[in-house]
Amino acid sequence: MESCNCIDPQVPADDLLMKYQYISDFFIALAYFSIPLELIYFVKKSAVFPYRWVLVQFGAFIVLCGATHLINLWTFRIHSRTVAVVMTTAKVLTAVVSCATALMLVHIIPDLLSVKTRELFLKNKAAELDREVGLIRTQEETGRHVRMLTHEIRSTLDRHTILKTTLVELGRTLALEECALWMPTRTGLELQLSYTLRQQNPVGYNVPINLPVINEVFSSNRAVKISPNCPVARLRPYAGKFMPGPVVAVRVPLLHLSNFQIYDWPEVSTRNYALMVLVLPSDSARQWHVHELELVEVVADQVAVALSHAAILEESTRARDQLMEQNVALDLARREAETAIRARNDFLAVMNHEMRTPMHAVIALSSLLQETDLTAEQRLMVETILKSSNLLATLINDVLDLSRLEDGSLQLEAATFNLHSLFREVLNLIKPVASVKKLSLTSHLASDLPMYVIGDEKRLMQTILNVVGNAVKFSKEGFISITAFVAKPESFRDARIPDFLPVPSDSHFYLRVQVKDSGSGINPQDIPKLFTKFAQNQSLTTRYPAGSGLGLAICRRFVNLMEGHIWIESEGIGKGCTVTFIVKLGIPDRSNDFKLPFVTKVPGNHGSTNFTGLKVLVMDDNGVSRSVTKGLLMHLGCDVTTASSSDECLRAVSLEHGVVFMDVCTGLDGYELAVRIHEKFTKHQDRPLIVALTGNTKKMTKENCMRVGMDGLILKPVSVDKMRGVLSELLERRVLFENV
Amino acid sequence: MEVGQMRRQWLDYTRSLFLEGFLDAQFMQLQQLQDDNNPDFVVEVVSLFFEDSERLLKDLTFALDQNAVDFKKVDAHVHQLKGSSSSIGAQRVKNACIPFRNFCEEQNTDACLRCLQQVKQEYCLVKNKLETLFRLEQQIVAAGGSIPMVELTQLSF
Repeated sequence: MESCNCIDPQVPADDLLMKYQYISDFFIALAYFSIPLELIYFVKKSAVFPYRWVLVQFGAFIVLCGATHLINLWTFRIHSRTVAVVMTTAKVLTAVVSCATALMLVHIIPDLLSVKTRELFLKNKAAELDREVGLIRTQEETGRHVRMLTHEIRSTLDRHTILKTTLVELGRTLALEECALWMPTRTGLELQLSYTLRQQNPVGYNVPINLPVINEVFSSNRAVKISPNCPVARLRPYAGKFMPGPVVAVRVPLLHLSNFQIYDWPEVSTRNYALMVLVLPSDSARQWHVHELELVEVVADQVAVALSHAAILEESTRARDQLMEQNVALDLARREAETAIRARNDFLAVMNHEMRTPMHAVIALSSLLQETDLTAEQRLMVETILKSSNLLATLINDVLDLSRLEDGSLQLEAATFNLHSLFREVLNLIKPVASVKKLSLTSHLASDLPMYVIGDEKRLMQTILNVVGNAVKFSKEGFISITAFVAKPESFRDARIPDFLPVPSDSHFYLRVQVKDSGSGINPQDIPKLFTKFAQNQSLTTRYPAGSGLGLAICRRFVNLMEGHIWIESEGIGKGCTVTFIVKLGIPDRSNDFKLPFVTKVPGNHGSTNFTGLKVLVMDDNGVSRSVTKGLLMHLGCDVTTASSSDECLRAVSLEHGVVFMDVCTGLDGYELAVRIHEKFTKHQDRPLIVALTGNTKKMTKENCMRVGMDGLILKPVSVDKMRGVLSELLERRVLFENV
Repeated sequence: MEVGQMRRQWLDYTRSLFLEGFLDAQFMQLQQLQDDNNPDFVVEVVSLFFEDSERLLKDLTFALDQNAVDFKKVDAHVHQLKGSSSSIGAQRVKNACIPFRNFCEEQNTDACLRCLQQVKQEYCLVKNKLETLFRLEQQIVAAGGSIPMVELTQLSF
């Protein structure tokens, strides 16, 4: 009876045991059926579970086990074959499924385990990412702060505002306890507390710049944590054992304009730094974080730039103000100069006029005097007076010329003149003065010096006269010698004027004139000043006691205009003086050697120089005179009729004649003739003009002529030019009485 | 002799005439009046002068030869001569006439005669000179050259 455990006989003895088995099996079956249901439910719920098949299998296994146990319930009593079959089938299936499941489990459990590992890994990664995001966000915030700070700092160009703003914004961003800026003093040996955040007026602490901590900060461009106890960090008088928070210091470069070099911009080659000190609140247990340090460094750089900009702006404003001042000053100076020039011109104009008037009188009267009866001696004197006055008049002109010389508007004339006679005339002018001073005056003209040259005679004469005149003026005794010769290029390697090489050509040559005197000499050091206009050296008073200094300056200008050079040599006081000048003169054209131009002294009033058609009647009983006068008038283009007696004249005269020239020096009664001509044309407006030609210089003649109603009186001899002028004036004014 | 040389000779001769006082500036004026319209002006005038002067001198000689010298007439002649000579620039002749006139006023026959001699002498001299000059001019013209113009300033010293 104990052989088979599976098929229990219907033994009612162990009914309790059977009952318990029965109940247990029932519950097992229940569980077995509900577990898969739950599983299925949860699998359905979870979409991501990868092992559904396994669960299904598992479910099947459990179901079948449950089924087996359930069917087991029927096997407690006598059961039919069908039940046994079902039972067997169920068991077989269960066996299959459970084995399959077991096998499957072996397969999938490693996978399940690895899932777990991956999950852990992912969680770690997520944590890391989280951290990083946190960092980025912090950085971004820092960046935002920096931008904002920079904006604030750079929005102003005022130094103080920049610094104040920096401190304020930094304080706000980093929630600082205190922030301060130490600037280097003027001497550069100390740092002075210039700005602080909390204190309104920082007390002027100074610390020497050579502290090791300061050097440490200055030597690196990073923000450096420093000890709160060091002098720079003691920003306010701390009472008691109050412990300040962590301190950081950073250098702020103070850039100058010259630091903005393209190539070493990152290398700040300046030694000028300010020190920025930042203090965290002492009670916050905060530490300086890296990103905060970075923020501080960036801000320090920005501040440096902003300060430099401010400095540049200050500089350029100052420069602009300076320029404006200078402009104003220049303007004023210019206006003053203009006023001065105008004043000078006015002065010259007035003086010119004032000087000319008496000169004019002297010249006019001298030339009048010349026309009168004079002894030879008197005539010589008058001629000298005239020549000297003319010279003086020329000098006056030259005062005007000098201002024209300055403007550069003076132009030399170029005419042919006699060089030899020029020198002769100079000598003649100087001789009297020289002989009075008992100076011997000698001149030597080289034999190859051309007789006729082309140049400005007047100004050359002036130059020579000035030089010789000076020589005479300043020599008390001894000699004056004048030499003139043609300058040869070989003799010309002169150290005095190295660039000047006179090269003669066919059309010009260089005249060299040397004036030597044995007078008071000049100190060689004073020589350069001599040519300066108006310069008067006090030590030269012996030499130029009353000189205005104008002469040599003018000479030099003239010589320069003539493309030459002038210089003075002297061995010293009392040793005489040599003045040499070289000028360029033209050589008259060879082909026209003998056809020398006329130096025509054209009278002031040209008037009409064409007298063609003017009918003129000449009355003269001297045949030769008559022919000459006729020839003269014909040369001027007049239509000439001649008469040799009064009657002939009366007969010939008509209204067609413009002028009647009658000679009154003969015995003929010219006066009578004049009266008769008047009578003839008394009713007519335009009767011919009656002009007397006479060699008679008696006063009475003029009065007589005027008395008989003559329109003019001209003195013989009459040159062509004179006649031309006379005719023009007569035709213009209808009267001309030459001064007798 | 080539033209250049002749011209130089003419120039030198003219210069010497002026230097020695035979001619003065008036002569140069005459030269100025000579142009293309009047190519022989100078020669014509000088010839006229010669004619005139010779006549006058003859008349003067005649007048002073008289017993009763008509000083007025003599004076008139001298005046004429003075006028002519000054018109052409015969300086020395003119200068010789001036004292002549004074002596006429004084009615000093001997002095007048002396002056006449002087005047005649001067006249002959100047006539010769001028004739030589004209000959030179003719030579130059014949050789194809032109007569140079003379400048006044070169003659004053």
